[in-house]
Amino acid sequence: MSAATVTTVPDAPTAGPLRALLRRPALAKLVLLAVAAAVLVPLLHAKWSGGVWPEALTVDLTKPLGSASDWIIDNRDSHPLFVYFLGHLSNAVVLSVRGVYLVLLALGWTGVTAGVTLVAWRVAGWRIAATALLSFLVSGVLGMWVPTMQTLALMIVAVIASVVVGALLGLAGGLSDRMFRLLRPVLDTMQVLPAFAYLLPVVLIFGIGVPAALLATVVYAAPPMARLTALGLRGADAGVLEAVTSLGATGRQRLLTARLPLARKELLLGLNQTIMMALSMAVIASMIGAAGLGDRVYQALASVDVGAALAAAVPIVLLAIVMDRTTAAAGEKAGAAGAAGPALLRGWRGWAAVAVVTAVVTAAGRLAGSTVWPTGATVAIARPVNDAKEWMVDHLYSGVPVVGGTADWAAHFTNWVLNPLRDGLTALPWYATLLVVAALAWLIGTWRTALTAVLAMAAIGVLGVWKPSMNTLSQVLAALVVTLVIGVGTGILAAGSKRLEAILRPVLDVMQTMPQFVYLIPVVALFAVGRAPAAAAAVVYALPAVIRITTQGLRQVDPAAMESATSLGATRWQILCQVQLPLARPALLLAVNQGVVLVLAVVIIGGLVGGGALGYDVVTGLATGDLALGLVAGVAIVCLGLMLDRVTQPTQRRTAKGA
Amino acid sequence: MSRTRRIGTTAGASLLAGAALLALSGCGKADMTRQASPFAAAKGTRSVTLSVQTWIGAQSNVAVAKYLLEHEMGYHVDTVQVDEIPAWDALSQGRVDAILEDWGHPDQEKRYVQNKKTITDGGGNGVTGHIGWFVPKYWADKHPEVTDWKNLNKVAKQLRTPESGDKGQLMDGSPSYVTNDKALVKNLGLDYQVVFAGSEAAQITQIQQFAKEKKPFLTYWYEPQWLFNQVPMVEVKLPKYTDACAEKGAKDPTTVDCAYPTTPLKKFFNTDFAKSGTPASKFLKSFHWTKDNQNEVSEMIAADGLTADEAAKRWVDKHPDVWKQWLPKK
Repeated sequence: MSAATVTTVPDAPTAGPLRALLRRPALAKLVLLAVAAAVLVPLLHAKWSGGVWPEALTVDLTKPLGSASDWIIDNRDSHPLFVYFLGHLSNAVVLSVRGVYLVLLALGWTGVTAGVTLVAWRVAGWRIAATALLSFLVSGVLGMWVPTMQTLALMIVAVIASVVVGALLGLAGGLSDRMFRLLRPVLDTMQVLPAFAYLLPVVLIFGIGVPAALLATVVYAAPPMARLTALGLRGADAGVLEAVTSLGATGRQRLLTARLPLARKELLLGLNQTIMMALSMAVIASMIGAAGLGDRVYQALASVDVGAALAAAVPIVLLAIVMDRTTAAAGEKAGAAGAAGPALLRGWRGWAAVAVVTAVVTAAGRLAGSTVWPTGATVAIARPVNDAKEWMVDHLYSGVPVVGGTADWAAHFTNWVLNPLRDGLTALPWYATLLVVAALAWLIGTWRTALTAVLAMAAIGVLGVWKPSMNTLSQVLAALVVTLVIGVGTGILAAGSKRLEAILRPVLDVMQTMPQFVYLIPVVALFAVGRAPAAAAAVVYALPAVIRITTQGLRQVDPAAMESATSLGATRWQILCQVQLPLARPALLLAVNQGVVLVLAVVIIGGLVGGGALGYDVVTGLATGDLALGLVAGVAIVCLGLMLDRVTQPTQRRTAKGA
Repeated sequence: MSRTRRIGTTAGASLLAGAALLALSGCGKADMTRQASPFAAAKGTRSVTLSVQTWIGAQSNVAVAKYLLEHEMGYHVDTVQVDEIPAWDALSQGRVDAILEDWGHPDQEKRYVQNKKTITDGGGNGVTGHIGWFVPKYWADKHPEVTDWKNLNKVAKQLRTPESGDKGQLMDGSPSYVTNDKALVKNLGLDYQVVFAGSEAAQITQIQQFAKEKKPFLTYWYEPQWLFNQVPMVEVKLPKYTDACAEKGAKDPTTVDCAYPTTPLKKFFNTDFAKSGTPASKFLKSFHWTKDNQNEVSEMIAADGLTADEAAKRWVDKHPDVWKQWLPKK
């Protein structure tokens, strides 16, 4: 990883080794760690030798978790906690989703399409409105109208709930320092958790069904809202606040008239992220009964029908793109201050027009007698898509001249990269692993991040899942390297060419929002069951973020620096290596950080295609209702995610203090 | 100072609001174990919810039952896709009315059928299931000796994959399926590594891919299954299944060293649904067909790419003699 290159202080005249050490904090940290290691390692080694975490230091949670799960099942229909609280929660979810669903059905396909298009037009302009219109028509043509409405109903309720919960938490964190200190690490952590880890506990309490799916979605999607609300409130311009205070505003007035409006951009960004995360959960939550489009994808997966899965996935991708563009445009407008728009239809009049037109179109649709998409007007794409997939697999699987088939690549990748890495990590003594983690995290962050990372790793050991975790870790690292090589390479090319970037944009959008379940099956067909397809799927999922961040980072390099380099006669390659890449280092580190989190999320899902390790344990826990197995694996994933995040997270948090 | 006070009031206000909300909603009991899906049909229509498991055989049962309920009896049928054990849970809670194919879950049967009595045994569905180890026919034809477990070690080398390392690969599927394969490999002293495909979809894809290349493979598989029609496979003889071995295995699953039993597949109903005596419950109770019937539907869905509904329609048109007997007498 790129952590070793973090701190390079310009060479200083050496004046005594101590001074030199103080001047190079990275070196000082390493020396300190080495000393600690020299003392501790012999002790630990003498007591518990061997590579794997010692048996004596583990805690077996099978019994207590098993009985907890039994207790819940036996008391779910009688205990007051369930009957008086969770039951109502669950009822409220069912009622509100049903309400929204009925409204959507009542509007009919004409009303919903018109309404969404017009709102998109009001908020984000006609281009995005056209995208929205097209998206809903495509959903209908694919024969997915009803599932799309089910997913939409679920998403509307989930997003509203997430926004309310997130905004309340964010408000608390934004106004109180103590709350902020308390919330920040929790929210930072939740941001890196793979969605898979949330499913099991929710299912156990609420049972399979929409309430469980919705609550898992809210837990997953609320943190970005909370985080950005808090940051937005804290980032408010101190000068403005002081001016407002000096005008004699009360606390509430200050909040409503100054701080919240000033944080509008962050709030809208939070909304955007919440929507995207909720949508990405739509398919995964179908494993616990979310119904709608996700369920169609999941059922198609069960019958190995890629075409049918794609037909259900396309509306998800389109929904995601429309929502993303709309909220992003709203955010940009808020930033630009003073909303533009057609002069005639500004303000409330515009919205009234939207309402009227929607009502008229709805009525027209009803009069025409079709509230549901007409069955005649659908196109079945499953067959051609499946044929295309077969053709691709037939021609790529093996025997391709010169480069070899995908099956050969997968075999080489497994034999030469994954196996040695896994065996190496497993054979590496556990204390050495902890030391490496500590060193990496400390070099790149603070002693706090290092401590968190080490404790997270230790927790994995204590839970007794050291070995599968090392297996998962090896897959993550291997996939990460591939992602970074391809992603940074593509990012450099895209940064150099506007046209390439424009071509890439829709491709990346699709890759980012396409439910992973859709490409799991073709990936198995190409790479054979095992860890290789899991890694391949992870690469596909993590690439867009890495490419985007790299491109942006390189673009933002000060043009003056590049110009002066050019005038000094540097070649393009020299400029790239010696000016652009070093200056874009923060962006590249961020790309690594994002990449690692995304890769982990998919490597876990890879449990469904033979990835084994922690992902398989989570899947098994879900499929067999085994709380002990699933929850322990889930917690281990959380710890792994936490560790990987801390090890790759640059020290931006130092600067973000105070408000 | 003023800041902390303000936070105090905000917190107080939100607490109060929360309490009010609770009081509003919390005045009555709410049993969340009796709850319908928000997407269920509107009240007044007669509806049934069936559990669809991930494998195709189970989907065929549901497809035909659904088609008949909807077209012959005027019901609205909702289907829910759930894994096997969570499906029992959903059945006991009444979120699902019936499971039409269960491969035997003694623990769940004890908990829900005998103790809690929330689930009722619905009798067999007419199909007998069997789990075993299978090799492709094209390989068994050339090397007939591979159909006996005693010879498996000799061919382990041929079955190596990157995942199994220097051992032969025995492929297992979804984690939810009943399997003793790890114990079997160990107790029979086989030079094999169990590789879990993680889902049936992945396993089927892999088998199809092997078959296309005419490569040898050894896999955990089960009958009835439509894939046999596409990729003919032969079962490997394992040590004979005995009651003594089964008893031993029930006590400690790691000691199993014999073949899998044959299981008559059973139906289970939510007790309230079974007792309701509605036409739907009577119909599902008499739902009973054969392995060939089921495979016919399964293959139309999986291999010919028909929708479940279309496949059910074709089968129903062809076999009125079978399903006419299921309909309750008026």
